[in-house]
Amino acid sequence: MFAFQNFLCAIPVLRLNSGVATAFQIHAADNVATLLEDGAESSVVQVVGAGSGEIRLSNAMPRGHKVALREIGAGEPVIKFGVRIGHALELIPRGAWVHLHNLASDYDARSGSLDLRSGAPTDTSSAYV
Amino acid sequence: MSDLQTSWTGYLRADGRKGVRNLVLVIYTVECAQHVAHAIATDEEDTHVIGFPGCYDNAYAIRLMLALARHPNVGAVLAVGLGCEYIQPEKIADVVRASGRSAEWFFIQQQGGTTRSVNLGKQLVARMREQIRAETTRVPMTLADLTVGCECGGSDGTSGLAGNPSVGAFFDLLVDAGGRAIFEETVEMIGLREHLLARAASAEARQQLADAYDKAERYCKSVRQWSVSPGNFAGGLTTIEEKSLGAFAKSGSRAIQGVIRVAEAPRGPGLWVLDSVPDEHFMQFGYTNPNDTEGIMDLISAGSQIVLFVTGRGSVIGSPIAPLIKVTGNSATYRAMEEDMDFDAGRVLTGELTMAQAGRELAGLVARVAAGEPSKPERLNHREYFIMYKHQNTPALEAGCRA
Repeated sequence: MFAFQNFLCAIPVLRLNSGVATAFQIHAADNVATLLEDGAESSVVQVVGAGSGEIRLSNAMPRGHKVALREIGAGEPVIKFGVRIGHALELIPRGAWVHLHNLASDYDARSGSLDLRSGAPTDTSSAYV
Repeated sequence: MSDLQTSWTGYLRADGRKGVRNLVLVIYTVECAQHVAHAIATDEEDTHVIGFPGCYDNAYAIRLMLALARHPNVGAVLAVGLGCEYIQPEKIADVVRASGRSAEWFFIQQQGGTTRSVNLGKQLVARMREQIRAETTRVPMTLADLTVGCECGGSDGTSGLAGNPSVGAFFDLLVDAGGRAIFEETVEMIGLREHLLARAASAEARQQLADAYDKAERYCKSVRQWSVSPGNFAGGLTTIEEKSLGAFAKSGSRAIQGVIRVAEAPRGPGLWVLDSVPDEHFMQFGYTNPNDTEGIMDLISAGSQIVLFVTGRGSVIGSPIAPLIKVTGNSATYRAMEEDMDFDAGRVLTGELTMAQAGRELAGLVARVAAGEPSKPERLNHREYFIMYKHQNTPALEAGCRA
């Protein structure tokens, strides 16, 4: 048991960087961080929380979404909260948006078919016509 | 730290449990009696309503109502039936009286209709309220006397980052103070089997957690529905495992003592998991948590005198019987909906507070609400409730009123 015993003390006090978007890394072992503000393509965001440093976003991504903190190989685990949250479907470069298109659950097969932006289901579209 | 030594005055029940409110509960036994029950409670102080819509009865729903009727915050009960349904208000009143509380009951059909029933109900409520106000023993309480449940709903990306972890920090303090903490939503633990089992306090607890987890996973697979929705994905969550971790963060870091079922109180101090997933049954009916209110009712049925509700997007619900305290990890939501939100855990993300400070501040808020300060949903008279058909293997009746 590693993640939660260390979880609360893994979050130090943050400092707001005015004008620069921040990405919150929850656990030191994480290979993704969560954007606290919307991030523009090619913009540089400040990593806060259990990590530090800067990272350049290769895509625009909305607040709440995940950015890769390092290169993640196809099939490798994606780690958040210090815990595996699924596996990479393809090579994910550092700075890339990590979401339904390149990260799959180890359990829920259906989520891979959802609309990338809205999360809306696509496999029951025929039921509406 | 001084917050944690806070004590206040509560209400001692005959079964030894202590309440933080002194309420009369009106219970209706079928949808047909719902209007009369609410008309009785309208404009009556300290009088809350719950009820069951179905005409056909169901052991799960009966046990849930009996647990709520003998809740530590409840001093007296009025059970109102129409007169032809399966659930028996007289039997509800008998069980409540056996717990040392006052109880009355009647059938609307025998009273001669709506107006006479409402008038009689108001007389009975007023008499019992006067009695419990005059006669209930007042008693000192501390965090060690509290059972606090936590549920999350209307979640966004901040719930897992700040809202739930703040509650987790508070739960650690509550457990260390000798209190009881309950969290649920085993379907939101999918993907965390090993992490969950590693938190077990004993071999027995480990087996209970394994059984509850495996049942939740079988359930999700069989209905092909995981506890994650389009809004979660749009907000940036990608997998059920990721959502599970955010929800699980509300558990804090202390050992888990075991698993309880709906209408069953924790068997001792410490941190407990509430299993609200239907047990396998030939009818296969019942959803795990059809909505947030249903989960909150489950937590209250386990004896929670106060429930924390974590909502990033901003839910406006409240609850009867036990005050609901609304925690948001999203400071923008807190500002936009301040009349509904009790606690801004988003200050952790901006660096205003550490997680440990947030937990202590939350403990202080819980103590103030326990001492009688109304929570935001209480101020607004939000008392949503939801009791539905479900099948769970029935715990012993006494399990619901254990001290």
